[in-house]
Amino acid sequence: MWRVGTVVAFHDETATARTITLEVPDWPGHIAGQHVDVRLTASDGYSAVRSYSIASAPNSEGRVELTVERLPNGEVSPYLTQEVAVSDRLELRGPIGGWFVWRTQQTEPIQLVAGGSGIVPLMAMIRSRISAGGTAPLRLLYSVREPGAIFYRAELQALSNKDNPVTVTYAYTRATPKDWPRPPGRIDAALIANATWPSNVGPTCYVCGPTSFVETAAGFLAGLGNSPDKIRTERFGPTGDRK
Amino acid sequence: MGITSRGFSGRRSATDVKLPPGQYLTTDFPVLSAGPTPHVPLDRWEFTINEGTDVLRRWDWKSFRDLPTEKFTADLHCVTRWSKLGTSWEGVSLDTMFADVKTDAPYALVHSYGDYTTNLPLDDLMNKQAWIAFRFDDEDLPPEHGGPARLLVPHLYLWKSAKWVRGITLMHEDEPGFWESLGYHNYGDPWREQRYSGDE
Repeated sequence: MWRVGTVVAFHDETATARTITLEVPDWPGHIAGQHVDVRLTASDGYSAVRSYSIASAPNSEGRVELTVERLPNGEVSPYLTQEVAVSDRLELRGPIGGWFVWRTQQTEPIQLVAGGSGIVPLMAMIRSRISAGGTAPLRLLYSVREPGAIFYRAELQALSNKDNPVTVTYAYTRATPKDWPRPPGRIDAALIANATWPSNVGPTCYVCGPTSFVETAAGFLAGLGNSPDKIRTERFGPTGDRK
Repeated sequence: MGITSRGFSGRRSATDVKLPPGQYLTTDFPVLSAGPTPHVPLDRWEFTINEGTDVLRRWDWKSFRDLPTEKFTADLHCVTRWSKLGTSWEGVSLDTMFADVKTDAPYALVHSYGDYTTNLPLDDLMNKQAWIAFRFDDEDLPPEHGGPARLLVPHLYLWKSAKWVRGITLMHEDEPGFWESLGYHNYGDPWREQRYSGDE
């Protein structure tokens, strides 16, 4: 069943990513980590559908936020990040997915590992955890190309500064902030070991990002003793318009 | 037809290929899995056809590789909407593996290393429709794509083509597998666009 959402706001997260807020009157609610299918239809009836992770926490206002990264040869993402205006209507289906989710009744430590725009469903988990209260302590390891590629920067800063139980570790693959202790580079075993929960506290790990990133990070997490059934992954390949 | 998206024209496929509804063409080979990639050493690999605890057939890697193989091409359709056409594989037909198996069970639950499962009617595994594949594009199948061996049942969405397979359980009652329990369609025919539970 396709629902109609009305764009009520949008803002740019980075030079290539935009967050769109939709109001969906018959939204049934969602769980952090789920995604929606978005359908665009041209005037002659041609349509294209892609999946995007929900960035917002579950809420009772029928509001759904999507953060979309523009892909150079994308069909749907350039439209969503450049053309969409307030009061436009978009068709969506969902929420979809019952595996890569964090439920508010979970109490074990949460380990989030994001590569690039893979932060989006993980941000929904952080927001869900904060808005629901609860006791699950939360760590985020967030790998980005460069400082300017960070999504939700101010919000993450505020969450890790205050007494909120969120610890954020950034890793940079191409360019770092000035005087950053770790040279730019891909995540490695030492970084994962230092920035993630020890496996003996029994975290549930959520890893989202490009395929090679997820493959590497999930492998290191398993190598550190995390049980494979506690490591949940969501990958997007070069073609995946996902996120 | 849905509501028209102001200013959207889309990027239509330049080719005339016919894709299942809602799919788009890709030339690369994205990886989608629910967890870490299992690495299965060949000397510990085995594959069984069973009825629960009752093992009907068992192969180790050597006896599996002694079976006659086939080269085949397949069009792949992933529920995340990409399709990849004309992929080249080598594997053992399930017709070969079931040759001496006598069963009246109509359902199959496919098991993988890493505990993934997927269910389908046994008929969908028979009659040149399904293979246990171990080579892709003339190379050994890499672990991220399901190596050492994966099921390939290309007439259904690709989540049915379980990676890292280790066995097939034959059953009298249908039982949903991993994604089938998590909101995805029980059967998954791409041409009928059976993506999610509730799709007809």
